[in-house]
Amino acid sequence: MSASTFVDRMRTRQKKASTLEDFLPGLSRRLPDGVRSVVNQMFGLWASLGFLRYLIAGALLASIALPLGPSKDEVLVRTGFFALAALGLNVVVGLAGLLDLGYVAFFMIGAYTVGLMTESSAPVHPLILDAWFVLPLAVAIAMITGIILGTPTLRLRGDYLAIVTLGFHEITRQTAKNLGVVNGSRGIFAIPAPDFTIPGTSITVDFGPLNPELYWFVLVVFIVLALFMISRLQDSRIGRSWEAIREDEVAAASMGIPVVKMKLYAFAIGASTSGLAGWALATKVGFINPNTFPLLSSILVLCAVVIGGIGSSLGALVGAAIVFGLPEMLRELGTNEILGFDVQTGRIAIFGLLLVLLMIFRPGGFISSTRRRAELGGGGADIAEESVTPVLVE
Amino acid sequence: MDCNTGAFPNLFVTGLILGMLYALIALGYTMVYGVLKLINFAHDAIFMIGAASIFYLFGVWFGLNEPTGGVVLVSLIAVGFLVSGLASGGSAVLLERLAYRPLRRRGAARLSFLIAAVGASFFITYLFQQDFLLGTSEHNFPGFMATESALTIIGAQVNNRRVLAVLTAVALFLILDFFVNKTRSGRSIRAVAQDIDAARLMGVNVDRVVALTFFVGGFFGGIAGFLYGMVFSKVAWNLGFFPGIKAFTAAVLGGIGNVRGALLGGVTLGLVENLSTLCIGAEWKNPIAFSVLVLVLIFRPTGILGEGLSAR
Repeated sequence: MSASTFVDRMRTRQKKASTLEDFLPGLSRRLPDGVRSVVNQMFGLWASLGFLRYLIAGALLASIALPLGPSKDEVLVRTGFFALAALGLNVVVGLAGLLDLGYVAFFMIGAYTVGLMTESSAPVHPLILDAWFVLPLAVAIAMITGIILGTPTLRLRGDYLAIVTLGFHEITRQTAKNLGVVNGSRGIFAIPAPDFTIPGTSITVDFGPLNPELYWFVLVVFIVLALFMISRLQDSRIGRSWEAIREDEVAAASMGIPVVKMKLYAFAIGASTSGLAGWALATKVGFINPNTFPLLSSILVLCAVVIGGIGSSLGALVGAAIVFGLPEMLRELGTNEILGFDVQTGRIAIFGLLLVLLMIFRPGGFISSTRRRAELGGGGADIAEESVTPVLVE
Repeated sequence: MDCNTGAFPNLFVTGLILGMLYALIALGYTMVYGVLKLINFAHDAIFMIGAASIFYLFGVWFGLNEPTGGVVLVSLIAVGFLVSGLASGGSAVLLERLAYRPLRRRGAARLSFLIAAVGASFFITYLFQQDFLLGTSEHNFPGFMATESALTIIGAQVNNRRVLAVLTAVALFLILDFFVNKTRSGRSIRAVAQDIDAARLMGVNVDRVVALTFFVGGFFGGIAGFLYGMVFSKVAWNLGFFPGIKAFTAAVLGGIGNVRGALLGGVTLGLVENLSTLCIGAEWKNPIAFSVLVLVLIFRPTGILGEGLSAR
């Protein structure tokens, strides 16, 4: 790619309110002009709401719990862990273009940090803290591990990262399985659930297993915070660097972007989000062992990100709902088979096929921006149509 | 740390044999990488198909579970090589035709290729996990070849199945080395590996060469699956996972894209992994193998022999 087209591509990144066409160009073309302009105005209105958008999104997410009732809340919460993780992986894969196949390793590190540092059944406790105080520790330790793994490997060509992270997941899992400190394959149980005393009163909110629906609200807070932070990052200098690196690493480096450092940022942010999700799972479920985190879970989080739409936070949430929520819902409803496939095990075959088909026919996933689609498609045609007057390198 | 040096001969020989099998699987990764610069994640599933095809043909359809000998055994083994090789080679070509070629046509980004490859791997593996194929349980490999001690090397007993595995692997490597370096088809593969556009301009049919590469890699992977199933006497839907990831490690270790590197890397990895159990518990075998991969990538990312099918 020549330097000028590269600059063009980066120019098109300039912030403007999304339109329907960005998400669903096919639908947008088919709608009558009047309807389309109304829809696009609503998009504009939505964009002008600023931070209020996140509060509305949070309220909407939180309200999902109401019509479902307690029996389904467990499903919702379980989906929530992975939705949070998917948001983080989306930064790594979608924004920075690094394929991480061992993402749940950080999830596991976060969860085990909680196991070791709270009053649980673990044989050794370096520290015993309240569940809330372990939260920053779990996030920080996951992040540091990410940096330690990323520093040597992110210097390599991209595709090696995939296999190194895959290996890292197995190393972490087997280490946990073999170490007596974390109780080996029996795992750690009796991890205390966090509780919260409303200041000035004696009312204590217990987020333990008795109130599954309450935990969903904790997750909603995390998810909304993650959405907000990721969106701010995406529009920052760092976010633009990520996109530049993803599109053309050599060009990005020659524009003065510190490639390895930026990749490391993405990797660290992904790892810490995963660690946070791990904290949530450990404190909610109260029981972890190495088999809670099979390699498959890493692949499923990737499926969620890809199916929802690479590079889109909303897509990551939708993808998590499809990949993790849907099969559980189907099982709750008593459906065990779809087209001869067992819902629990066969879903992976179906998702695998879906990944291949999506890459061939709709590389941006179900919810994808025009820009992202053009990048993954490789051809610059869409970009060329979109771009404003060509600007040469100043 | 207390080392059990008495186990050395056994571990050495096991490491060598396992290493040869890794090397055979690694060929599939290395050749495809050499030509397309793609990590074919689905190769572990292709390998498993080789073992599964023999399980179906010999075990399920012909019920050959009794030990045989003489001419019957030799012909069964020959048929086994052919069937497993063709089943895996055919699947690999099909995979290339259905999944990767459309992506190549569109000039898709590398990330798309990788994700499609991961998807294909999981599709095939979990398809075989369904009850209408292998199911979730592990099966015994058809026992048409009795296990008997064949020879003793430096104090280690080696059974006939293992001898067969090593001899086959050596023979296949000699054949492949000749094929890649001395034949016309091999030359076209090397040409495409060196520069795909230049090769096309010189009149090389790139699509055919890519299909051929997938076929050759798959063929060898299938035979490796047959041998692996026989040596460990098992067939299962997830047979390919660990050998697959280790074979990839072997390919990187020796220098990915390099046929001789695959052999060197496979044997090195097999030995490191098995000899490490002399001093450290066997449960650390897999973490050690992966740590080797990470260390190699850090200190010598192009592997021991360097990259490239074309580099000689």
